[in-house]
Amino acid sequence: MTWKRKDLLTIGELSVEEIELILTTAESLKEVGGRDIKKVPALRGKTVVNLFFEPSTRTRTSFELAAKRLSADVINFSPSTSSVVKGETLIDTARNIESMQADIIVLRHGSPGAADHLARFVRSSVINAGDGWHEHPTQALLDVYTIKEQKKQIEGLTVVIVGDVAHSRVARSNIAALTKLGAEVRVVAPPTMLPLFVERLGAKVYYRFDEALNGVDVIMMLRLQRERLGRALLPSTREYATLFCLTPERLQLAKPGAIVMHPGPLNRGVEISPAVADSSAAVILDQVSNGVSVRMALMYLLSGSA
Amino acid sequence: MNNESSKQAECSIIHIRGGIVIDPGHINRRADVLIQDGKILEVGYPLKQTLKEDASATILDAKGWIIAPGLVDLHCHLREPGFEYKETIATGSASAVAGGFTSICAMPNTQPVNDNAAITQFIVTKGKEAGKARVFPIGAITKNSDGEELANIGELVGAGCVAISDDGRPVMNSLVMRRALEYAKAFGVPVVDHCEDLHLTDGGCMNEGVVSTELGMPGIPDASEEVMVARNLALADLTGVCVHLAHLSTARSVELVRHAKAQGLPVSAEVCPHHFSITEEAVRGYKANAKMNPPLRTDEDMQALRQGLVDGTIDVIATDHAPHALQEKQLEFDAAPFGIVGFETALPLTLGLVHDGVLSLEQAVDKLTRAPARLFHLPVGSLAPGSLADVVIFDPEEEWVVDPEQFQSKSRNTPFGGLTVKGKVKMTLVDGRVVYDGR
Repeated sequence: MTWKRKDLLTIGELSVEEIELILTTAESLKEVGGRDIKKVPALRGKTVVNLFFEPSTRTRTSFELAAKRLSADVINFSPSTSSVVKGETLIDTARNIESMQADIIVLRHGSPGAADHLARFVRSSVINAGDGWHEHPTQALLDVYTIKEQKKQIEGLTVVIVGDVAHSRVARSNIAALTKLGAEVRVVAPPTMLPLFVERLGAKVYYRFDEALNGVDVIMMLRLQRERLGRALLPSTREYATLFCLTPERLQLAKPGAIVMHPGPLNRGVEISPAVADSSAAVILDQVSNGVSVRMALMYLLSGSA
Repeated sequence: MNNESSKQAECSIIHIRGGIVIDPGHINRRADVLIQDGKILEVGYPLKQTLKEDASATILDAKGWIIAPGLVDLHCHLREPGFEYKETIATGSASAVAGGFTSICAMPNTQPVNDNAAITQFIVTKGKEAGKARVFPIGAITKNSDGEELANIGELVGAGCVAISDDGRPVMNSLVMRRALEYAKAFGVPVVDHCEDLHLTDGGCMNEGVVSTELGMPGIPDASEEVMVARNLALADLTGVCVHLAHLSTARSVELVRHAKAQGLPVSAEVCPHHFSITEEAVRGYKANAKMNPPLRTDEDMQALRQGLVDGTIDVIATDHAPHALQEKQLEFDAAPFGIVGFETALPLTLGLVHDGVLSLEQAVDKLTRAPARLFHLPVGSLAPGSLADVVIFDPEEEWVVDPEQFQSKSRNTPFGGLTVKGKVKMTLVDGRVVYDGR
């Protein structure tokens, strides 16, 4: 299996073999993070541009660290503070960046399909770091990597995704990745937070958290986006916490040894209780460190170094 | 249309021969058409009038082609005044005649909004200057289409508006809509509503369904249209005034209108060619040229719209010609504006229904000519002797590939580029003048 794609835009377009290639490449690169000198020369002389149209700290930092560990030059570009304010379009901004000989553009943008749109206009490789509610493929890849690390294999596992699936790119990418790899995926949320035909994505639908937790191997919490409260999706944070906060008592309903994941940042006491977030079941910080390895693997593959 | 050209028309005789005339409800057979002084003199074969070998008589050979009344569009956006970079009245009406349309009704969402006589007169004047299709303005229902105070509807009708609508900015307040219907009754103009509950739409930009869920795109539910269709039907019943429902897109809307018509409610409805030709699948790949409002729906909806045309639930086909500049449609899908151009693809797409066996050719022509002219009380849409000589001549069988670069419209935003279609406009006449020659 060799890598042939110019871009990484969605999980939906990847084959199982491609996903596995990314995971095994990440496995072999993980060791770099444990060295005294955390650097390999694989991308020396290459330029990676982080083009983030939405505020992000952890994802941008993770990409930046991944690129630097591969010895690439990294530019961070946050158009909210630059030309976009003057009315420049995404395509013009990206073409300018491309003219500076960027090899890889990492794009986060609020519009679904933005990465797809960009990839058609530029010769640089494009990595989708989140496009609206659509996909966040590197998050799903690092989640799958983390699950595999903990549970050895994905096939046959039952994973429940909890929270605002309708507005979550993390959920869409994870449903796609996990179902491709043979897991059973459940989603549970108030019906206002589930998109129409969510079952067509391949997930089983639940509305009651306790039922959905029964016998699961992995609990994947989504962050409650508080800015959505005003949109008649939820009565209050308090009611959401009552119905959907992952507490130690609820954790007991899952399969013994079940792991708890969260893409961050956490709303402690809202969707996850501190007792669970800080427990041994939580692999939230493993997700963060694995994120660097997975993103290194992707840049390595996309740069044609493989 | 303007004085010079009507003088020119006066002294000429045009003899269109060799074609099949379809004048819905009257003639559907091999016949010649004789035009004099910009009016239809005779339709028949052989002609009763004897023609001298007169130097001023022009012979137009239409062998193997269809001769029909010029097409009538109840719903288009000509963008002038205010958005001349998208389209002008001149380019829009040139696009119209290239598509076989000789009468077009221009929606009022210009800048400024057509909510007063000065704008209406401006549009009428520009239309005449362009000298292509007849341009009939549609006035706003409310001032600035803000949905609050009624526009000066009497003044608008006096200046030449043939209908009123707040198209694109639907009247959300049901009391205002009721008053508009009641007030318009005195002037006999149809009230046109773009049926959409903006609260339900909530920023959506494509059909809410399987595809929007997969693409992570905010959706517009079919209920957004249907609740307003239902409201308008109730108001038509309450006021006794006919509501014309613009561009229906869902199966339930068709069912609601069918039921209302069976009960004798005063209601009429239109459908756009794109809604009966393609589905939400066309959006995949984030194609901004497949973004319009109402959005492309499902195959089930498309079939219901076709059935609605067959059984008369849907009275007319209208284009909703909505030009936008390239740079606007090059934006990310959710940021791109709604709408596609329609004049130059409407006839072949409608003929697609004929080739699919959904409509007869005469029914198809009717939905584009006589039926819309009647709904808006326009003095066109017929080839009866004495009628205005607005004529389209087309080859129903000729295949061609849609090439947006060849459009007469200033804009190119169509999802049909590259599609092979059947049916080509050969000539368009207005007032007996050839305003488009595509031979």
